[in-house]
Amino acid sequence: MKGVGNVDAETGRILKRTEYITFVVIALVALLLLRLPGSVSSRAKLALGSLFVPLFGLSASGQALADRVALLAQPKTRLVTEVERLRKENAELKIHLLQADDALRENERLRSLVGWARAHQLKGKPARVIGRDPANWWRNITINLGRRDGLTPDLPVLTPDGLVGRIAEVSETRARVALLGDPACRVASLVQEGKQTVDTGIISGAASATDVTIVDLSYLSRGSGVKPGQMVVTSGYGEVFPRGILIGHLVDYRPMEYGLYTDARVKLAVDFNRLDEVWVLMR
Amino acid sequence: MNFHPLQTVLMAGMAFLAVFAQAGWLAPARIIGAQFDLLPGLMVYASLKASSTTVSLVAVAGGLLLDTLSANPLGISIVPLLVVGVVTHRFRHLILREEAYAQSILGLAASAGVPLITVLLLVTLGHQPVLGLGSLWQWLVMSVVGALWTPLCFACFDRLLRGLSYTPLDRGGFRADREIERGRY
Repeated sequence: MKGVGNVDAETGRILKRTEYITFVVIALVALLLLRLPGSVSSRAKLALGSLFVPLFGLSASGQALADRVALLAQPKTRLVTEVERLRKENAELKIHLLQADDALRENERLRSLVGWARAHQLKGKPARVIGRDPANWWRNITINLGRRDGLTPDLPVLTPDGLVGRIAEVSETRARVALLGDPACRVASLVQEGKQTVDTGIISGAASATDVTIVDLSYLSRGSGVKPGQMVVTSGYGEVFPRGILIGHLVDYRPMEYGLYTDARVKLAVDFNRLDEVWVLMR
Repeated sequence: MNFHPLQTVLMAGMAFLAVFAQAGWLAPARIIGAQFDLLPGLMVYASLKASSTTVSLVAVAGGLLLDTLSANPLGISIVPLLVVGVVTHRFRHLILREEAYAQSILGLAASAGVPLITVLLLVTLGHQPVLGLGSLWQWLVMSVVGALWTPLCFACFDRLLRGLSYTPLDRGGFRADREIERGRY
């Protein structure tokens, strides 16, 4: 029997028993999924994630087309100026590279004299940011490199400005990067004043839920000589992040837990709101 | 309500696109510091207009797809979406589902409830999501966007289904059980 509008007689009926059972079964299956071991869960996620590959590809093509159109719309004089600037910068960088190569050769020579193990040269691969975590409570991005490009978990990710994070999960064609500030990306750090190390600490998490540029630096020693403005770099402990990569600068600090240790806040060198391209350091 | 295959397929497809939009569209998070969630509004539509099978399918598909692109443990997003779907489906006969303001209020409530339940589950399972005072702003943005998105969902899906399926036949006033049999006496 028809009621008002499109409502029919069935809407007056409460849920059937089978419907209740179905909902309860689904809830139980969901809870079972939550208890799966991490490796099984990761593999299931990667398998499901392959469904999005065509859409990410389409998005990348669309972005490339938009960039091309934007480039065509730019006046020629501006492009010529930009090319000249890049030529000049390229020439300067070549000179710096020659000097750096020279310093590296000297370093290798001195290491071999002292008998130290040969330092590994790090190579980077450029990647584009193609997505971010859809949930507001994680700090992750997705990049367009994956296992087929040689990526493995725990590779450092950075930009010319500083450290970004580490590779958390890798699929065939893309990878998820845990950013600084995410609970899955803790970094052993040094606070430096010039070339002098003032203290050591750990970048432990985000200082604010909305401001992605400030993170917490925890477990600095009591009575630490840290001051706002000091530089924070990776310490190299833990062998995930090489030593000396810039993280940011100290903003402020405060004693914690009845003065047992000191906490500080660090303004990151990289602006995550403008992150379009990153570099993955390969081993 | 009867199971409608076309409606189910459209809703599952929409859930897929909604999750991709949340992950692939970076502008909202960069500009306002919060990412919106389209799945609760979709669940409200499914629970008011579709069968319980569709509600279950959309909750499972949407939840799994969201967790795939996120650092969430797999399966955690299914439960909040299912709770919203079941509760709304249970009381759908009392809701003015054709009214935009009712759709909007339900969308607001669902978009506010889903992240709360998800965060609660995360904390209960021992995870440490990034939370703070700024999370209140993110919660507000998610709720308001959900309130705006839900009536849009209803309008778009109703129009789409009307265009893609046959118009239901009007049964008219005749009822065989009310026929008056005229006999000899």
